[in-house]
Amino acid sequence: MSTSGAELAQQELIEDFEIFDNWMDRYQYIIDMGKQLPDFPDDWKVEEFKIQGCQSNVWMRHEEEGDKLIFKATSDAAIVSGLIAVLLRIYSDRSAAEIRATEPHFLADLGLDKHLSPTRSNGLHAMLEKIYQVAHQR
Amino acid sequence: MPNTVIEQAPAQVQAPFDVARLRQDFPVLAREVHGKPLIYLDNAATSQTPQQVIDVFSDYYSRYNANIHRGLHTLADEATAAFEGTRHKVRAFLNAEDARQIIFTRGTTEAINLVVQSWGRKNLAPGDEVLISMLEHHSNIVPWQLLAAEIGFTIKVIPVEANGALDMAAYRALLSESTKLVAVNHVSNALGTINPVQEMAALAHQHGALILIDGAQAAPHQVVDVQAIDADFYAFSGHKVYGPTGVGVLYGKQALLEAMPPWQGGGEMIKTVSFGAGTTFADFPHKFEAGTPAIAEVIALGRALEWVESVGVAAIGEWEGQLLDRATQAAGRIDGLRILGTAPQKAGVLSFVVEGAHSQDIGLLIDQLGVAIRTGHHCAQPLLHHFGVDATCRASFAAYNTFEEVDSFIEALNRVIGMVR
Repeated sequence: MSTSGAELAQQELIEDFEIFDNWMDRYQYIIDMGKQLPDFPDDWKVEEFKIQGCQSNVWMRHEEEGDKLIFKATSDAAIVSGLIAVLLRIYSDRSAAEIRATEPHFLADLGLDKHLSPTRSNGLHAMLEKIYQVAHQR
Repeated sequence: MPNTVIEQAPAQVQAPFDVARLRQDFPVLAREVHGKPLIYLDNAATSQTPQQVIDVFSDYYSRYNANIHRGLHTLADEATAAFEGTRHKVRAFLNAEDARQIIFTRGTTEAINLVVQSWGRKNLAPGDEVLISMLEHHSNIVPWQLLAAEIGFTIKVIPVEANGALDMAAYRALLSESTKLVAVNHVSNALGTINPVQEMAALAHQHGALILIDGAQAAPHQVVDVQAIDADFYAFSGHKVYGPTGVGVLYGKQALLEAMPPWQGGGEMIKTVSFGAGTTFADFPHKFEAGTPAIAEVIALGRALEWVESVGVAAIGEWEGQLLDRATQAAGRIDGLRILGTAPQKAGVLSFVVEGAHSQDIGLLIDQLGVAIRTGHHCAQPLLHHFGVDATCRASFAAYNTFEEVDSFIEALNRVIGMVR
């Protein structure tokens, strides 16, 4: 069984994070990834694309290109923007089937779930749910 | 009467504030968070608990766990005595006239809901007005809105000035013969503003209105004297005065409590129950305490108040004022940091936003350094929106915080701002 692009991206991400031996550096890496997110036009920052359940504002929309789902998202907070970049690296520009088949095990592997999920207000889970929801509707 | 702080009793000769010693009462302060010593600055949300209060729970459940009031056996007797003992301690803590004016609730929120549902439902009608302030916590907004939607009275809002102080001229102008009640907090949870409740009570009474004071953020930090304030209702919570969660207090004037109907039915609150001849109710406070209360929590609250008084609530407030001054001065030197709430009379709350750094990022990152602050809307969305923000960072101080912790907090804050920008 060949490893999917999404899964490969996930494994690369885990390797990238393992370079850092402390969480402040990991957070810095996440924040820096967020700073490199592509522009998200202001016209898209509307209620329709807003993800509820975050302490910061998060907007996400998707487009289809052939059988691929392209996600675009942004946030007014730095860590959430970085988490968006993490999620897009794994899940954007993939087929719906590939998204559905890719479990976000990096959360547990990196211990991110412990750092981030006790309070769901960081929006990571809400963003993941949105991505899976789009993939399941296809 | 411009002075907004309740005069305290003449200071007794007291030992200097020994923060190192009193910290030893709090086991949680010895723990580490993410490998760093915990610096707990979220005291306006909940205060930590001294060992003396924690011990109440194991003692109660090991020795005298029993339902209170009607039992004839020894355990019930001991539990009742300890439970009612707290009522007397709270009476003294608030300088209420009579212990029967102390009603135990689940917290300040339930105390306000009790007034709304019992007094409000009986006494308010279309055309009547309830004044609340822009500074209110949602718990002193939403209960009024729920009842207003049902029976149709009007809620009017006392505005705030740019520094977070209440606009007293606007308050005077809003008061009228239609005003039936003023509901205001003693200290703002979001900004720390101390409101001139004594003056506000006098003005309300001149117009024949009552005043309900949400004292959740005042009781841990300053001497509260409900008679001096002339409060009609006063509420506070156990878990913000070094006590447990799940217990709070409503104080009410005797004539009001006498005339108010019960709001929840059940055991404990009745005199006689009959299917034919009608049910009659117990006198206050029991009329308002249906069902088995949080017995251990109430007893523990009494112990917490003893702890507070052993340190001295005025001394605690003064210490927190010094911590606030140090934090305010240092925060003011941080580029792009704006403090919300700079009223002349302030409790130990530092609420701020930082340009180019979202409060959520600051909260998450500073936690990595062991510092617990609160970020978000602090259950005061109308107030934050008034200041043009959705969220702030809030550091709030308690008796056990130190200058060193303030300095570490500022250092951590500078570091995380640097990471985000």
